[in-house]
Amino acid sequence: MISLSHYLVLGALLFCLSVVGIFLNRKNVIILLMSIELMLLAVNLNFVAFSHFLGDGAGQIFVFFILTVAAAEAAIGLAILVVLFRNRQTINVADLDELKG
Amino acid sequence: MNFEIFLFYVFAAILVFSAFRVITVRNPVFAAMFLVLTFFTCAGIWLLLEAEFLAITLVLVYVGAVMVLFLFVVMMLDINVEPGREGFVSYLPVGLLVGAIMLIEMIFLITQRYFKSENFPAPQRAAEDVSNTKELGRLLYSEYLFQFEIAAIILLVAIVAAIALTMRRRPDTKYQKPSEQIGVSKAERLRIVQMPSEKR
Repeated sequence: MISLSHYLVLGALLFCLSVVGIFLNRKNVIILLMSIELMLLAVNLNFVAFSHFLGDGAGQIFVFFILTVAAAEAAIGLAILVVLFRNRQTINVADLDELKG
Repeated sequence: MNFEIFLFYVFAAILVFSAFRVITVRNPVFAAMFLVLTFFTCAGIWLLLEAEFLAITLVLVYVGAVMVLFLFVVMMLDINVEPGREGFVSYLPVGLLVGAIMLIEMIFLITQRYFKSENFPAPQRAAEDVSNTKELGRLLYSEYLFQFEIAAIILLVAIVAAIALTMRRRPDTKYQKPSEQIGVSKAERLRIVQMPSEKR
């Protein structure tokens, strides 16, 4: 029998993999965006699992909205990336140091 | 029921493997492809959880739209892959450390005692005539109608923002201005000069 903790462990594994991905891929903003998508996927997996095991549809509605916001975020992020590459000819995070903070 | 567990473990193995490849592969195109595989497998797991509508939505929206967008951008930007790997090894220890600590903490929390099958018994499989889509639609258009409208506005804002960000003015290109062409008057184009006729 698959218990709830099976799904939660899988979601945790996916989330931690994407955190490691953000640490490793400092040179490529595209893969950073992909890691964020993976994180959202892990969160969505938890939502769907809880929705199934609690018998409540609200979790699935929440996943619906997360998908919407994630799609909007990906579109705007990629647009910013295109403008960035047009101006700087690089997507390396270390080269983006114009704002001295 | 055993076949279900088998399916779950197969999907979980593919999911973790492809997510691992997304963050370690060298070429961004391959990373996008492995991300597509991840989304597909996750859709399979959501089918196991009886969330059919969301599983199909994941495939349609993510694989069909968002990942295609990613691939377009990867191909449009002429990225040099080779120097992109420097620093991968130097960040590896701290990344692995943080990831491992987070994972261990989460697993301690999750598997301790609260989410065991005694506390959350697996629900009965839904009957054949129960429609997940109908149930979601009923919730979405009644209880969550306001949030649904907000989501529509968010998508509109995203469209406007993406277009406004990427549209560029090129001052050096020549183009016609039809409004000025139409609105031109006779005085701007034609000048009648009076001059006396010359003596022969």
